[in-house]
Amino acid sequence: MAGGVGPCRFGYYGEVQKEILKDLGYDFEMIILDPPQGHVIELINKIRLITNKNNNTVKDVVKAIRFAWKKAVLLDKIEKQLFKIRPRERYRGQTEKVYNFLVKDILDVKYEEELEDLETEIYEAFSNINVSENVTPVKVGIVGEIYTVLEPFVNLHIEEQLGDLGVEVHRNIYITDWVRENLFPSFLKPKDHNKILKLAEPFINCFVGGHGQESVAQIVNFSKMGFDGVIHLLPFTCMPEIVAKSAVPRVSQEYQIPVMTIVLDEHSAETGFRTRLEAFIDMIYHNREVNNIAVLSGN
Amino acid sequence: MQCCLGIDVGSVSTNLVLLDDKKRLVKKLYLSTAGNPIKAIKKGLGILQQEFKDLDIFAVGTTGSGRHLASILVGADIVKNEITAHAAAALEYYPQAQTILEIGGQDSKIIVIRNKTVVDFAMNTVCAAGTGSFLDRQAQRLGIPIDKFGEIALKSKNPTRIAGRCAVFAESDMIHKQQMGHATEDILRGLCEALVRNFLSNVAKGKEIRPLILFQGGVAANTGIRKAFEEQLQCKIHVPENHDVMGAVGAAILAFNHVVSRQKTTNFLGMDVAFQNYKVKSIECNGCPNACEIIQLFSDEKLMARWGDRCGKWSSIIAV
Repeated sequence: MAGGVGPCRFGYYGEVQKEILKDLGYDFEMIILDPPQGHVIELINKIRLITNKNNNTVKDVVKAIRFAWKKAVLLDKIEKQLFKIRPRERYRGQTEKVYNFLVKDILDVKYEEELEDLETEIYEAFSNINVSENVTPVKVGIVGEIYTVLEPFVNLHIEEQLGDLGVEVHRNIYITDWVRENLFPSFLKPKDHNKILKLAEPFINCFVGGHGQESVAQIVNFSKMGFDGVIHLLPFTCMPEIVAKSAVPRVSQEYQIPVMTIVLDEHSAETGFRTRLEAFIDMIYHNREVNNIAVLSGN
Repeated sequence: MQCCLGIDVGSVSTNLVLLDDKKRLVKKLYLSTAGNPIKAIKKGLGILQQEFKDLDIFAVGTTGSGRHLASILVGADIVKNEITAHAAAALEYYPQAQTILEIGGQDSKIIVIRNKTVVDFAMNTVCAAGTGSFLDRQAQRLGIPIDKFGEIALKSKNPTRIAGRCAVFAESDMIHKQQMGHATEDILRGLCEALVRNFLSNVAKGKEIRPLILFQGGVAANTGIRKAFEEQLQCKIHVPENHDVMGAVGAAILAFNHVVSRQKTTNFLGMDVAFQNYKVKSIECNGCPNACEIIQLFSDEKLMARWGDRCGKWSSIIAV
């Protein structure tokens, strides 16, 4: 599990998981990878621990990390394909099925060299899906706290649910992007990261912790890219995202893009969640029909 | 007679409406769901069947929290969420509406409309404080019929202040005020005001409320709540004649438009639904840690549909 430092909720997840597994009676040692704060050795020791330092050389570890990175890049690629193709599929569920098979295929690859062949296979598999050409699906962006955005079990499979409603979904966070932005040395960081962050300045002009600023910036960015709406997700009581939420009505008004904030916690009943998603998408479709501009905020 | 049918299966009531080919209301039924939506739908269809012998249903729409179940049962042409349905019904009869307040059995919502389109909405989240069920329960506890609730509340000249943010604590507070010796009508009126305050701060959350304001849902029948809204918003509130079945009306209108614009024939399975024996059995799937609860609908021992699984393993066996 990855960890976080300071009062952020992200650091709390690893600790909670540790307690839950302990309660379930597992005997284990939990290694939480925190961003090194002056103690790089500690992180390296932890990595050595995971990588079984007695059997593997540093070279093996570096090789393995490169392999894993390539797999992660490929996984993100196929996920983006899934988002693009799903709303256009002729037979409901077909893309999802193909995607699930491909995820397993990527998982099963044992050698780096095989990845390239697999990539060609992947594009073939996706191009074989029967799609309707003349559909322009509604495009919705998803922003918010990283874990709730990335973990389907937590966000009640929001991407799949929206896909079912015929929506093309885009996220502001993908694992590989996140690693590039947060863990890479600055000269390797994506160039537009700071440029996008600047978009938040009229609304939130300082660091508010977590990804509060990023969320606001991404809403503006999605609007500039011509998206029809944005869904903003946060776990109950996530402070940076609450700050972002307070800026949402203004962003939504100024950029004329509907934004719906959903606060997820253990009480988020699936029925109510689904009702909100459906109503939000209906609203976008209807607005599109009458070619009117929508302003939406709040929950 | 050519009619389209709208069914709204809510937590407390199941409503059925018939609209004619000009979208005029022919018949409305407001039935208690009583925890058994299938029974309620069958009962409703049975009543319609008896009253209208030559019924020709050309479109069916379902809405409400039980909309999916209802659509499988009767064969709906369109399945819509309550927010869209309520807005559709309101705009059909009040094209100039800009705000809809809707309070039902267990949820409350606000819908903001500008230029005949929904531009914003919100629903209550985890708490049902201030919805119909809570009012029902309090009326019962105080031994007054629910339809007299508003009338009695309005007799009060000096409403008691009740903490209405949470249903459980609102009840404690009411009991406390009762034991202090406040009159029942003062407590009731205080409750109406507390619920409206709660609605405006926790559901509406500062959204711009412009006239024309419509008040829909079962709770709109409560004159006490209506008055409290008018006082706090300092604006007239309109309660549509069929406020209690507006969801069903909306579903019928959406089904009407859907079928007519696409020139489709209806999926309606026929009034016989009322006389079939339906049974629901649920199983828990052990296929993966998701442990989905699979619901199976049987009609006279014949499996009709299955749903509730995430992966599609069960529902794909029989198309829903």
